[in-house]
Amino acid sequence: MGDHHHGPATGITRWLFTTNHKDIGTMYLWFSFAMFLLGGFFAMVIRAELFQPGMQLVEPAFFNQMTTLHGLVMVFGAIMPSFVGLANWLIPMMIGAPDMALPRMNNWSFWILPPAFLMLASTLFMEGGAPAFGWTFYAPLSTTYAAPSVTFFIFAIHILGVSSIMGSINIIATVMNMRAPGMTYMKMPLFVWTWLITAFLLVAVMPVLAGAVTMMLMDIHFGTSFFSAAGGGDPVLFQHIFWFFGHPEVYIIILPAFGVVSQIIPAFSRKPLFGYASMVYATASIAFLSFIVWAHHMYTVGMPVAGELFFMYATMLIAVPTGVKVFNWITTMWRGALSFETPMLFCIGFLILFTLGGFTGLMLSIAPADFQYHDTYFVVAHFHYVMVAGAVFSMTAAVYYWLPKWCGRMYNEAMGKTHFWISFIGFNITFFPQHFVGLAGMPRRIPDYALQFADFNMMSSIGAFIYGASQLLFLYNVIATIVAGKPVSDEKVWDGAEGLEWTLPTPAPYHTFEEPPQVPKPVGTI
Amino acid sequence: MRRVFSGAALTLLAPLAAAQNQVNMSPGVTEIGADIFELHMLIMWICVVIGVAVFAVMFYSMYAHRKSKGHQASQFHESTKVEVAWTVVPFLILIAMAVPATSTLLEVYDNDEAELDVLITGYQWKWKYEYLEASGEPVAFFSNLATPQEEIYNTEQKGENYLLEVDEPLVIPTNTKVRFLITANDVIHSWWVPEIAVKRDAIPGFINEAWTRVPQEGIYRGQCTELCGAYHGFMPVVVHAVSRDEFDAWMAAKRGAAITQAALATQTLPVDELMDQGKAIYDSACLACHGAQGEGGIGNAIAGSALVLGDLSDHMAVVAKGVSGTAMQAFGGQLNDVEMAAVLTYQRNAFGNNTGDVVQPGDVTGMKNG
Ligand code: HEC
Ligand code: HEM
Ligand SMILES: [Cu+2]
Ligand SMILES: [Cu+2]
Repeated sequence: MGDHHHGPATGITRWLFTTNHKDIGTMYLWFSFAMFLLGGFFAMVIRAELFQPGMQLVEPAFFNQMTTLHGLVMVFGAIMPSFVGLANWLIPMMIGAPDMALPRMNNWSFWILPPAFLMLASTLFMEGGAPAFGWTFYAPLSTTYAAPSVTFFIFAIHILGVSSIMGSINIIATVMNMRAPGMTYMKMPLFVWTWLITAFLLVAVMPVLAGAVTMMLMDIHFGTSFFSAAGGGDPVLFQHIFWFFGHPEVYIIILPAFGVVSQIIPAFSRKPLFGYASMVYATASIAFLSFIVWAHHMYTVGMPVAGELFFMYATMLIAVPTGVKVFNWITTMWRGALSFETPMLFCIGFLILFTLGGFTGLMLSIAPADFQYHDTYFVVAHFHYVMVAGAVFSMTAAVYYWLPKWCGRMYNEAMGKTHFWISFIGFNITFFPQHFVGLAGMPRRIPDYALQFADFNMMSSIGAFIYGASQLLFLYNVIATIVAGKPVSDEKVWDGAEGLEWTLPTPAPYHTFEEPPQVPKPVGTI
Repeated sequence: MRRVFSGAALTLLAPLAAAQNQVNMSPGVTEIGADIFELHMLIMWICVVIGVAVFAVMFYSMYAHRKSKGHQASQFHESTKVEVAWTVVPFLILIAMAVPATSTLLEVYDNDEAELDVLITGYQWKWKYEYLEASGEPVAFFSNLATPQEEIYNTEQKGENYLLEVDEPLVIPTNTKVRFLITANDVIHSWWVPEIAVKRDAIPGFINEAWTRVPQEGIYRGQCTELCGAYHGFMPVVVHAVSRDEFDAWMAAKRGAAITQAALATQTLPVDELMDQGKAIYDSACLACHGAQGEGGIGNAIAGSALVLGDLSDHMAVVAKGVSGTAMQAFGGQLNDVEMAAVLTYQRNAFGNNTGDVVQPGDVTGMKNG
């Protein structure tokens, strides 16, 4: 097989029928960026309406459709597929495999996504409008009281779930079976480790989400009453099921981001990752804990006090492995030889802002205090610090870091740094004041607010427009690099970069590692 | 201790805080509110201290260990000692946080021995308050947003309590342990008043408990905090805490009014009075869905509706029983016979419907009884 080289097919069929992990990775990445822009557009509508008190641009019902679609598109359309795209590109190259273990399934797991999102977006044009019950779609607002388009929403969620499950099975199969000789588990790059654990989380919880939406479907169309008290069901049951999926889901989003940061910080510190083994154990503990903390989203539903205490203690515990990770990254930087190219800037941005989000997470975990925080803008600030500054910043870092390897051309560094600074400042102008309005009592998911929240909301909206606009600069930089960037001469691109992917020629050829490579030395050393 | 914390917070945040921009949680007026506030400040300061220490190390490293300065990378990458230290120390800090958190939580859950019970029911998009007292006429009423549409749609100057004002607030006596029994009629809502530190979800089919003891007379404002549909942002909570005497007087007046209403139900009322009362009810209870001109919205149009122009008993059946599976609720349990007669009369004659029908409370009573 080794001498049987061939390039990609030509035309559209290359993309439709491809089983090549790099092509599929590319499609995932572009798709997720398109969704990022779509979800971002919805966010701009939200922030424009909230620019001032009073209703100006949209009606309350449409506002709720915007918040719902924004959340769904960002979580399921932008963040999750972007990391799957990254996994596709990088996992085979990092473990010395020629491709993913299940290439045809790989093609399917991508190609069912665009129709699912098309269907979800089309609900905007249906009678009664798009789903308007928040990305957490609590019953009975999402069942008895939902617009008819909810059925399409359920179908879309099912497809996304199938796609995620297929993607995860593929990753698990690849990592377990296709590592090059000598690539033992404890030599795998951290990105591979975090994705392996994430894939197990996905396989465990996506079926739970599918169960939740199926029960909704039954309640809506087939006369059951899972979530309706009138028929002997329980609306709170929905929340338990949703968050049993939902909390692991937030770690599904952040673990691959941890992996990315654990690759990039050592490269620009020119020093091996500190505490490799403890990073692996911390990731595994976080994954385990993420299954036993779900009800911290439900402190106000009226749980018995014993339940409340259990979930409070378990949630507080998550701070320990999370702290270990932050300490390890900083110690990796300690006494390195640091340089601050764009990927490193985004990682440092991640480190600072994610840690802030972790602190507010710890505050939220304190049940009695959460009675005051819950469902206010304080929570909105928390999860944007962890999801945007956590997941999106690290994803952006990843693109800048590996793009030269993927396409053999260097991005414009000055433009990259500008993108970082505008993003960083815009992000903080948007979300920092939300801590204040949340503490001062502004509930989330409202289209209009009392006058005392006006100044900070205007600030937030201005920040959001800045942050949004800076993403266009990113898009431009990426396209300009692919089309006309300066060719990269060094295979390694970054002098501090370590790992098998950097031993490949630049740009990475269509087929790589058709012969398994010799794994040189433990990843923990240089 | 609390003073030190809030004082420090103020100095820290003062430059950010313009006159009316509150940047922190309010300690509120109740004991529990103060405890929660202290807990919040304690955890926040622990986080600030840890954060400052961690970031100081990071920024020092970014400054001192720069490659551009010619710093050579060291290659250490393990140390079991530090790893154990930064696992164990945070764990101990967490235990220190868990102790006050647990005791405050137990206080919040201490629902026993209430002196007054109030049943709170969330509806799309208003609250119903019912005083559950062993003796006397039951007192119950709805509390609707009082902010006019003109303010919301920016044609009039917004008032001071924009979106935080209701037609009829909940009234409770001070220095009395009041227990709230919280439930909902349709979707999940959540009843929150920051200043008394009570937030509890209102869940259809289930009753949650919460309590407060307000030491200070005053008006406390809050909002629904669980997404409950289109007008979730427009269902505020307002609580008036008044002295025991004032409360008793208010209660007596409420009972008196209920008796007068019951008497009215047997009388024949003038059209104007029915129309006026009908408009008031329509504006507070129906307008959000059926539109200011009866043009429809979430609900269908009332102006020119065949149902409204048609048979009275069909019209009343829809309003009293609602339309199941839609946002149209059953208003039978929400409006008394006088109010029902008024809103039916109003719908049948306003918005150009001009049927000329006058519905009397007696008609409503009659239809109810078959
Ligand atoms: C939460 C939104 C909502 C509120 C508030 C509301 N309605 Fe409705 N109403 C609806 C909906 C939705 C329908 C349509 C039901 C259907 O599909 O048949 C409706 C239908 C009606 C109809 C039948 C109209 C027709 O042509 O079929 C009448 C009459 C009516 N409502 C009266 C009222 C009155 C009186 C009030 C206030 C006391 C009120 N509604 C408040 C949502 C609402
Ligand atoms: C130190 C770790 C963390 C802790 C202790 C923590 C704790 C919490 C708690 C208690 C809540 C519920 C707050 C409420 O609704 O009242 C919450 C909400 C949330 N968290 Fe975290 N969190 C942590 C990290 C993360 C991470 C890493 C992510 C995602 C990347 C995340 C995403 C979210 C989201 C999306 C919500 C809001 C969900 C919603 O209601 O829409 N959190 N967090
Ligand atoms: Cu969670
Ligand atoms: Cu609400």
